Amino acid sequence: MSKNVLKVENATMQFGGVVAVDNLNLEINEGEIVALIGPNGAGKTTAFNVVTGVYQPTNGAVWFNGEKIIENHPQGKMKKLYKGQHDGEYTGVLAPTPDKITKLGMARTFQNIRLWKSQTVFNNVLIAKHCRATSNVFSATFRMNRKEEAAQRAHVEELLKIVGLYDVKDELATSLPYGKQRRLEIARALAAEPQLLLLDEPAAGMNPQETDELTAFIGEIRDKFKLTIFLIEHHMNLVMGISDRIYVLDFGKLIAEGTPAEIQNNQRVIDAYLGVADDA
Amino acid sequence: MTRKKTIFTAAVLAALLAACIIVDMTLPTYHIVVTVIKKATVYSLVAVSMNLLNGFTGLFSLGQAGFMLLGAYAYGVLTIPVEKRPGVYQYFDGGAIKFSIPEIFSGFLGDTVGTVVGMLAALLIGGLLAALMAYLIGLPVLRLKSDYLAIATLGFAEILRAFFQWNALGPITNGSNLLKSYPAFSHATPYVVMVGLMIAVILLLITSTYGRAFRAIRDDEVAAEAMGINLAKHKRMAFIISSFFAGIGGGMMAMYMGTIAAAPFKSTLTYEILLIVVIGGIGSITGSVLASFLYIFSSEWLLRGLDSGTFFGINAPSIFKNGFRMVVLSVIIMVIVLFFRKGIMGDKELPDLLDKKARMRKKEAAGK
Repeated sequence: MSKNVLKVENATMQFGGVVAVDNLNLEINEGEIVALIGPNGAGKTTAFNVVTGVYQPTNGAVWFNGEKIIENHPQGKMKKLYKGQHDGEYTGVLAPTPDKITKLGMARTFQNIRLWKSQTVFNNVLIAKHCRATSNVFSATFRMNRKEEAAQRAHVEELLKIVGLYDVKDELATSLPYGKQRRLEIARALAAEPQLLLLDEPAAGMNPQETDELTAFIGEIRDKFKLTIFLIEHHMNLVMGISDRIYVLDFGKLIAEGTPAEIQNNQRVIDAYLGVADDA
Repeated sequence: MTRKKTIFTAAVLAALLAACIIVDMTLPTYHIVVTVIKKATVYSLVAVSMNLLNGFTGLFSLGQAGFMLLGAYAYGVLTIPVEKRPGVYQYFDGGAIKFSIPEIFSGFLGDTVGTVVGMLAALLIGGLLAALMAYLIGLPVLRLKSDYLAIATLGFAEILRAFFQWNALGPITNGSNLLKSYPAFSHATPYVVMVGLMIAVILLLITSTYGRAFRAIRDDEVAAEAMGINLAKHKRMAFIISSFFAGIGGGMMAMYMGTIAAAPFKSTLTYEILLIVVIGGIGSITGSVLASFLYIFSSEWLLRGLDSGTFFGINAPSIFKNGFRMVVLSVIIMVIVLFFRKGIMGDKELPDLLDKKARMRKKEAAGK
């Protein structure tokens, strides 16, 4: 049996009186591509933000490689407001900032592209290597880290060649066409040397051909970098084409999980999200 | 950077240094050119340190004058010769501190070398004090963003100024009286060399992996944090380093002015520096240095006549009186801001000038 990489355990995210993610449980095993789908506003991105440390869950825990990295329970006025389940089961508080979670081996992309606008393509990827740098500010300033810097640059060049952006490496990141910016964001995430890659709607705004290319690309990098991938997506071609397993969220609740074939035939998912073709 | 660019940059810098040495050898130290160079180099250092924080890390801080004040006082307090202390601290029984760093170093290094080493050590201590203060202030203040950070740091600087004028601290700071009689470099070259070296260090920092992380924070904090850059740590680092150089800049300002009082370190000083950073180009070291020289050159020398009756041969004492200089300067600044939206240099540096020329030449050739 393959190793468990990410485990979200009874995670609830409540904003004021709104429960955005309600008692989410999911597991992702090593080497899998797992998709999280659901209608708009179902809480998919919120779930991502909980896993990556942007939000602290109201209740529940997240495990990474068998180690508990995030934990929380309702505190303060949330104690009275809390509407979720498993109240009182968690007692600890673990709230690492996103950078610490990235260092553990998780890297993400964003739903609306967030590249560093004033930087070149090359620098965008190079900066992501900063979290793996061992030099301190003095040795870096006085160039005592030449070897490390050279190794970083070599790795970035290699990455850019793999994602097919090497010929535009000196262009400004924002001058790239949309599809390439998406690729660059993935390359940047890869530069942080993750074990688990989280993609938030990687195909948003892409045409069918670009989506097909992206589907192939995701499979390619999974094999090349031995990654585990967790993605949110609305393009069903992409999701059904590459996912090993799919989780479906609706109104913050998990309504189904299973292989693509199972999900396509699940009546609750069809009602809530997939719908029925008009001519059927 | 290509070889051509390196040669170009080295040539420009060497020419400037040579010009400065020639000025020092031919002109007396009280000459206006020497004064302008000294003041402008000090302003360059502080402007570059502010640019590191405001331009490269995107933290809008207005505490520069406070850190300069710390550096200036540290320099003065530590370098006034022991025998002159009773005269300086006449209202405070000769002050609480009974030693002078340059004299300690003179003891075993000889007078000239010892004094210089002592002066540099005092500058360094001033910088370290400013850095320590930045660390302490940063703990609460760096949680704030943009305007709020600016207001908090501005407030800190003002409090610090009032604090240094407090009579109870008189034995050390001399209260609201002047600190004077401390050693200073009278020639311009030492200023140019010192500031040049420090700006080179800042430049090395900015082009290192940490400098890249700073720029990532400026461009997009959320993405920077998601890519493993610890925001709190890097912001604190930028704040401390910037304040360290502002402290040294303050010490050099004390050296240039000859006397130290808390009064010149008002928020107006911070605004002057901010103005220089904006005019030069936010995110350009070359721009900050260039703007410092232009600003000091015009405010100290070129436009002096506007305050004293005669300007470029025009004699109009009724218009050209005290304060008119600032009116003209303001107009010039407005024109600059209107026509150079991103400052004189934008985010370009000295070697990039070559690029632009090359590109224009290519364009002309294509046009023909």
